[in-house]
Amino acid sequence: MTAVSPAFPRARVRPARLVLHLFLTVTALAWLAPLLWAVYSALRPYAETSTKGYVSWPDKLSLDNFTDAFTQSGMAHYFGNTLLIAVPAVLLTLFASSCVAFYVSRFDFRLNLALLLVFTAGNLLPQQVVITPLYRLYLLIDLPGITASGKLYDSALGLVLIHVAFQSGFCTFVLSNYMRMLPHELTEAALVDGASVWRLYWQIVLPLCRPAMAALATLLSIWIYNDFFWAIVLVATGENMPITSALQNLSGQYFTDPNLIAAGALLTAVPTLLVYFALQRQFVSGLTLGANKG
Amino acid sequence: MATTANTGTGSETTSTPGTAATSSPASPDTPTAPHPRPGREPQGHRRLLTRRDRATLGLMAGLPALLHITLVWVTALASIALAFTTWDGIGFGTIHWAGLDNFRELFTQNPQFWPAVQHNVIWFAVLFLIPTPLGLFLALQLDKKIRFSRVYQTAFFLPVVVSFAVIGFVWQLIYNPDTGLINSVIGANRPGHYIDWIGDPDLNLWAALVAASWRHTGYLMILYLAGLKGVDPTLREASAIDGANEWQTFRHVVFPTLKPTNTIVLVVTIIESLRAFDLVFVFNGGTDGTELLSILVTDNIVGESSRIGYGSAIAVVLLAISLAVIVPYLASTFRKERRS
Repeated sequence: MTAVSPAFPRARVRPARLVLHLFLTVTALAWLAPLLWAVYSALRPYAETSTKGYVSWPDKLSLDNFTDAFTQSGMAHYFGNTLLIAVPAVLLTLFASSCVAFYVSRFDFRLNLALLLVFTAGNLLPQQVVITPLYRLYLLIDLPGITASGKLYDSALGLVLIHVAFQSGFCTFVLSNYMRMLPHELTEAALVDGASVWRLYWQIVLPLCRPAMAALATLLSIWIYNDFFWAIVLVATGENMPITSALQNLSGQYFTDPNLIAAGALLTAVPTLLVYFALQRQFVSGLTLGANKG
Repeated sequence: MATTANTGTGSETTSTPGTAATSSPASPDTPTAPHPRPGREPQGHRRLLTRRDRATLGLMAGLPALLHITLVWVTALASIALAFTTWDGIGFGTIHWAGLDNFRELFTQNPQFWPAVQHNVIWFAVLFLIPTPLGLFLALQLDKKIRFSRVYQTAFFLPVVVSFAVIGFVWQLIYNPDTGLINSVIGANRPGHYIDWIGDPDLNLWAALVAASWRHTGYLMILYLAGLKGVDPTLREASAIDGANEWQTFRHVVFPTLKPTNTIVLVVTIIESLRAFDLVFVFNGGTDGTELLSILVTDNIVGESSRIGYGSAIAVVLLAISLAVIVPYLASTFRKERRS
């Protein structure tokens, strides 16, 4: 028996495997169905669906709804807003949390456990717990000349700050676990040789954390891009909204039929889907980096 | 890896007594442990630090901590303080002590409060009862070293990448009474036959939960897949050789080793059900059947009423439930970490 089976490993497709594949294919298609339905609706002209109904064979499929949704609503502007918020927020979060993680993991001061606890717990809080005072605080802080609104409220800066504050909890936890795995001798040796703490961080520890940083960067980009709540509450002017939150207003104003809504919603999802397909491995490992250490 | 191994060989761990001497002139203000006992393991690098290094470190840890603590913890504490006051938000002079009035009103007079609590509990119960076993089941199937595993994973995980706001719009295309997929298929899109999945207070919470479960399942599947990677394959082989069937192997070998993953899944599910907001907000603003605590908090600040103390009281309820979950979880996590 042992002599035969390795020679023809493919010859015996077990029926159980076949059933499993069938089950997984059907389930996977069912899982994609809502999104595929949106794609299908977006590809069809409104005139056609309003006469034939949405569940019908298409006469014509086109990208017109996508171009209409994009141009009529000025989506480009809101994508720009998101870019202005997400890029600094991701970079600052990674910088801030790697600094704290560096301190916590390499320098065993009394504070470190408390600090790590505070960061991690803060990240797990529901945002609504802090929103009332935060909203008032943002209205109180005057920043004339720095933000267009003259306040922290209704500004990209305000959103960047809360993203950094909130997300650095998770990232600090993950990065400090990662840095703790680097050998102690590594940094000790550099310090003995007279390297400054900053060089230690920037030239030795940080380059070694590249895989974790890449994973976290992917994760953060998608999370911050997908944020809806902070912008809905902390931004007053519709024009200043990032795309995910702007969708709510746009759907009332410009996306007048389901086909356009489908197109607008899908266009909003495109950047996250692109990042996910390009960096799937980083994304998944980022999610589980925090989880593995339970 | 090569770099770490390389530097590791030139390690200076044994020379700690000597290094203590180099740092003493730079740190005259540290009376603690000027002569560390030679046998002691080094607890950190602080004896090697110059004054400038200390300042750098202080900034590196201090600034992010200051930002985090101000925007997250000071505001959380402010929520607690404000919950015992009334304030219309105009100037600090109008803050008045109200004792437990806000809570009394919330618990006895607010017609939305107990339904919201109930909806949050239902939200958790559904996420716990459906996506959790389903996510675990899918992960077990995908962990069998089958072909196309990555393709299936991508499909199940795709909704997790999409924002709740977009998911809200996508599912409206399914739930719309006139044009939606469900009503079109079952013929309920005619006048007199309408099923209003999002407008009907008896249906809309469940409609939202279908969409939320759809997303949550993929998330839990990924967490369980990661957990399953940690299961020792030799254990499984041993149980197969002993004649255990698939269920017995799962029940007695795999599931017990997934305990840490189960804890994370439970915490993630509770937090997600407390945070739920975007989806119902996009669906119908969180009214008429989809009230949640998160929605009530927000209504009291951005709404026309702007009752800050009252809104904070709701936030405190949310905070209390969250901390009841977060504190034991982190306590056990960090205790484990310390031991290892």
